[in-house]
Amino acid sequence: MNASPLLELRNVSVSFDGFRAINDLSLSLQPGEMRAIIGPNGAGKTTMMDIITGKTRPDTGIVRFEGRDLTRLDEPAIARLGIGRKFQKPTVFEALSVRDNLLLSLKGLRSPFSLLFAKKTEVETFRIRALLETTRLAARAEEQAGSLSHGQKQWLEIGMLLGQEPQLLLVDEPVAGMTDAETMATADLLRDINRTRSVVVVEHDMEFVRALNVSVTVLHEGSVLAEGPLDEVSADPRVIDVYLGR
Amino acid sequence: MTAGFGFRNVPRIACMVVIVAGFLSLGSLLPDSNPLSVSPFIVTLVGKYLAYAMLAVAVDLVWGFAGILTLGHAAFFALGGYAMGMYLTREIGTRGVYGNPDLPDFMVFLSWKSLPWYWWGSNHILMAIVLVFLVPGILAGLFGWLAFRSRVSGVYLSIVTQALTYALMLAFFQNGLGFGGNNGLTDFKDILGFDLHSQTTRATMLVFSALLLAGTMIGARWLVSGRFGRLLIAVRDAESRTRFLGYRPEQVKLLVWVVSAMIAALGGALYVIQVGIINPGEFAPANSIESVIWVAVGGRGTICGAVIGAVLVNFGKTLLTAWLPEAWLYGLGLLFILTTLFLPEGLMGLGHQVMRRRAEVTPEVTQTEGDAES
Repeated sequence: MNASPLLELRNVSVSFDGFRAINDLSLSLQPGEMRAIIGPNGAGKTTMMDIITGKTRPDTGIVRFEGRDLTRLDEPAIARLGIGRKFQKPTVFEALSVRDNLLLSLKGLRSPFSLLFAKKTEVETFRIRALLETTRLAARAEEQAGSLSHGQKQWLEIGMLLGQEPQLLLVDEPVAGMTDAETMATADLLRDINRTRSVVVVEHDMEFVRALNVSVTVLHEGSVLAEGPLDEVSADPRVIDVYLGR
Repeated sequence: MTAGFGFRNVPRIACMVVIVAGFLSLGSLLPDSNPLSVSPFIVTLVGKYLAYAMLAVAVDLVWGFAGILTLGHAAFFALGGYAMGMYLTREIGTRGVYGNPDLPDFMVFLSWKSLPWYWWGSNHILMAIVLVFLVPGILAGLFGWLAFRSRVSGVYLSIVTQALTYALMLAFFQNGLGFGGNNGLTDFKDILGFDLHSQTTRATMLVFSALLLAGTMIGARWLVSGRFGRLLIAVRDAESRTRFLGYRPEQVKLLVWVVSAMIAALGGALYVIQVGIINPGEFAPANSIESVIWVAVGGRGTICGAVIGAVLVNFGKTLLTAWLPEAWLYGLGLLFILTTLFLPEGLMGLGHQVMRRRAEVTPEVTQTEGDAES
C-alpha cells in the first residue's frame, strides 16, 4: 500500500433492519486513481456510495477522505470537501435551463444569502461555456433540462459534477439507458476526467468497464470479493460464480 | 424556467392594482350625486381583497416556488393583524366604554389592574410595525428551523402547519391570554390621529395597501428570479440533488419561509386597519386552506396568479354569501375540484396557453422561435 490514500474505507459495516447491506468492507483509492465497482444487485454498491457521501451513517468502521473522518459530516459538508456524486437515475433540475443547472453546480457560493445578490461573473460564464462543450450540450444550453434525452441528462449531471470541481467523483451507473456509441463516448469522457480527478464508477455494463481499462473491485454481499485488473478478476471462479455466471 | 405568462406580467399587474385602487379611492371622495362616485362599502371591500392578496403572494412564495404546501399561513396573517390591532386598541384611549386611559375595555372587564408586559410600547405605531414583522418572523423562524432541519416535508409538514394555526386559535380564544378572547380586538377609533371611519382615511389606506401590495409583488419576483430563485426551484424539484452539490436546502427553505410569513403578517396588519376587527376566527384552519385555493385558482408559481386568484375568489365569496350563504363552502369546494381537474396551472396557465396560441398564428413570431431552436 502506497503513502496516504485519497479515500479509505476500513472495516465498514451497516445494517438495515437486521440486513447487513455492508459487511466489514475495506477499500482504498489512491489520488488520481479510477476504480470500477461491479457486483450483483444488492451487493451494496449504492449503499457504499451513500456512506461515502454522508447519506447513510455506518454502524462501525472508518471512512476517511484525505485523512478526514467523513462519518461525522452531512451531505453538503462532504460535497464541499470535494466529493461529487452522480445518481443512478439521472437527477437534474428539470424546470431549469441546462445553463442554470450548470450555474448552480459551480464551485463557490453556497449560502442562501450570498446567492440573493449574486451576479454571474466572467469566470462563471467561461466555466459554463467550457462545461457545455465538454458535455456536448452547447446547442441546448437554453432549453429546460427536462426536455433532454436520457443520455443527455446523464451527461448534464456529469457536467454538474465537474462544475463542483471535486477531487473525487462517484459515478453510479453512468451508461444505463445509453446507446453503444453514447456508452463509448462516456467512457472516453470519464477517462478524460480521470486525468485531473479521481473517479469511482459503479457499472453493470462489462463492455463499458472494459473500455475504462482500470482496476476493478467486485462487491458481493456487502464486502469485497475480488480486486484487480478486469481480466484477472473475471477469471476468478468465485466472481464467475456469484456475478458473471458460468 | 417559470417565466410563464403570469410571472412575466408581475410589474404590469402590480401597476394595475395601484391604478384601480387609486381610481376607487378618488371615486369614494366624490359626492354621492356624481356618477363616478364609489360607495365606502366598496372601498373597504377592495381593501380587504388586497390584504388577502398579500397573504396569497406569501402562500405562492412558499408553495409555488419552494414546494412547501402550507396549510397554516393564516396564522402569520392573524398574528400580524393582532400586532396592529394592539396599537389600534391603545389608540382608543379614554373613548372606550369604561373610559380607562391605560387599559383596553376587555381588560377592565376582566378586572385586570395593569397592562401585561407584552403590551408594552404598543401605543407607538413604530412598535406596532416592528411587532407585525418580528412576532410572525420569529415564530416562522423557529417553526421552520425545527421542521426543515428534521427534513419534515410534504403532507407531514402541511399537517403540522395546520396544527400550528389551530393551536394558536385555541390559545387566542382564551381570555387569559390578554388579547380579548373570542371577541378579539375591535371598535378602533383612529390611526395616527386620523379618524378610521372618515372617507379620506379609508381612501388613503386603500391606496397605501395597493402600493404595499405592488411593492411586495415586485419584491417577491426579484427574490425568486435571481440565482437564489433558481436554487429555490432546484430545491423544490430535487432537494437531495442540491444537498450533494453542497447546498443546505433547509436554509434556503427557512429564508423564504420567514420572508413569506412576514408578507402574510403585513397583509394581516392592513386587513385589521381596513376591516376594523381581528379575532381568533382568523386563525381558523379553513382560512389557511382558502388561501391555498386562491393561489391554485390563479395559478401557483406566478405571483400574479395569487393576486388575481385572491381577488376573484373573494369577490365570488362576497356575491355568493350575499345571495346563498349556505352554498359558499360547496362553491369553494367545487371551484377547487374544477381547477385541479381542468386548470392545473390556474388562470395564469390559461392565459399562457391563449398567448401561445396567438403567437403560433403570427408567422413572424413562429419564424423567430424556429431560429432560436436551430
